[in-house]
Amino acid sequence: MNATERKPNDEILKSLQGADKVFVLGCRGCPVGCETGGEPWLREMEALLRGAGKTVTGSVLIDIICNKAIVGIKLGRILPQIAAAQAILVGSCGVGVQAVGNMVGRLAVPAMNTLCLGDYQGLWPSEERCAECGQCVLAQTGGLCPITLCAKSLVNGQCGGTGYDGSCEVSKARRCGWHLIYERLRSLGRLDDMRRPQTPRDYRKRDISDANRRTIRWALEMAEPAEPPPAPPAAAKK
Amino acid sequence: MSQLSERLAAGVFVVTGEIGPPKGTNVGPVLHEAEQYLKGRVAAVNVTDIQTAVMRTGSLALSKLLLDRGIEPVFQMVCRDRNRLALQSDLLSVAVLGIENVLALTGDHVVMGDHRDARPVYDLDSVGLLQAMSRLESGTDMGIDVKGNPNKLDGAPKFFKGCCTTPCAPDPEAQIIKLEKKVEAGAQFVQTQAVYDPATFETFMRKIEHIKIPVLVGIVVLKSAGMAKYMNKNVPGVQVPEAIIKELTATPKENLKKVSAEIAGRLVREMKPMCQGAHLMTLGWDDLVPEIIQQAGLGT
Repeated sequence: MNATERKPNDEILKSLQGADKVFVLGCRGCPVGCETGGEPWLREMEALLRGAGKTVTGSVLIDIICNKAIVGIKLGRILPQIAAAQAILVGSCGVGVQAVGNMVGRLAVPAMNTLCLGDYQGLWPSEERCAECGQCVLAQTGGLCPITLCAKSLVNGQCGGTGYDGSCEVSKARRCGWHLIYERLRSLGRLDDMRRPQTPRDYRKRDISDANRRTIRWALEMAEPAEPPPAPPAAAKK
Repeated sequence: MSQLSERLAAGVFVVTGEIGPPKGTNVGPVLHEAEQYLKGRVAAVNVTDIQTAVMRTGSLALSKLLLDRGIEPVFQMVCRDRNRLALQSDLLSVAVLGIENVLALTGDHVVMGDHRDARPVYDLDSVGLLQAMSRLESGTDMGIDVKGNPNKLDGAPKFFKGCCTTPCAPDPEAQIIKLEKKVEAGAQFVQTQAVYDPATFETFMRKIEHIKIPVLVGIVVLKSAGMAKYMNKNVPGVQVPEAIIKELTATPKENLKKVSAEIAGRLVREMKPMCQGAHLMTLGWDDLVPEIIQQAGLGT
């Protein structure tokens, strides 16, 4: 299971600056398992956005965002609500945020940091990858991950190594991640997102606790009981 | 005080050169070349930092050896090989040794070099490295103490901070956005990736009119038509026009050096009105520098 933590609300609102109409989309998979997402999260986000004067064009929980078929069917039914939004706030791991961003042609803003992918990248069959960096920047990069797409994991834009065919200096078989991000932001009309300097990364976020490596709810074989087991009922005394 | 910064501030068109440290301890030849052909002719000499990820003697040692010989160095620093502790520590070392000019670069990926299995670092990127330099100059480092305050330095360095940009990149707008961030982070001068097309350079310079720091146009000396074709195919952001390739193809081998200097000199002459200086990357053909300066119309 993928362990996530919630981003602070002010960071979420900052990422959504300029987007007055927002659709909220949560994953009912891992984020429910590690108690960062799900129904309560969805309501909380709606309230947060409305409190900040934004219009919530709709909200939905999707069973497993990394299942392309489920996402496709579900989003297909609520297309007008999504089309009416300027940004989609996504409560899932980094794979889910990128998957949604790639499907809907809207800015996908992560509501969570991905701490640990357990040992799998979900059921998503495409190329989106998450590096469990714990400080998701997808909101500033048009929903494309610079940590996994850029060979140098640069966060402030491309180096001088972009080929004229859009390839990366390390290999013609690899596209320049920042070329893709630039193209995406340009098509979204959000190049200003690239103009904001990113501060150096905090690598402590990658060094996660043992508790975050395992699941909270699902890895029953590893879960330690929260309370000691109840004592057997005392023999009835007479 | 950095002569490079003084000359740029005085509005003089500045020429800088470049040397690459040797792979090994035999620094004699490169120092000899620098003294023979660069000293007194260029404002400063860049010293590359493990260029193209091919392991060699360090930029810091060669920069200091240049300084000892009365040649002002531009210490190049890449983010590929050191984390922020080592970068900041080396920056303090640079300052202690009296070196002021520092050029902040991302650095070619390790797979471009001769230790392809090494781990690339990139703890900071070029913007982060410039931020680090500015921070050190203000008397603190990038770390914080237990109370959340920046760690104080006992003695702060002073740098003349440079950066790079690629005027002929496939996404010039993206390059400009990053250049703006570098300037915001403290960059005080630019040395560009190699440019062979004055028209493209002019367009680029017009788009960065709002950026007020001096720009030194980069020229890599073309040693042959084969090298030009190789660069077109393999060096990102560099394009040698067909006309120059034809000129080199038509040149007999014994005249190559002469024509090479002519081409470089001509490019500097043509782009001189558009920028504040030229950065000559001679890749070992340092003996051409006096001739290039002459051809560019900058000779005395």
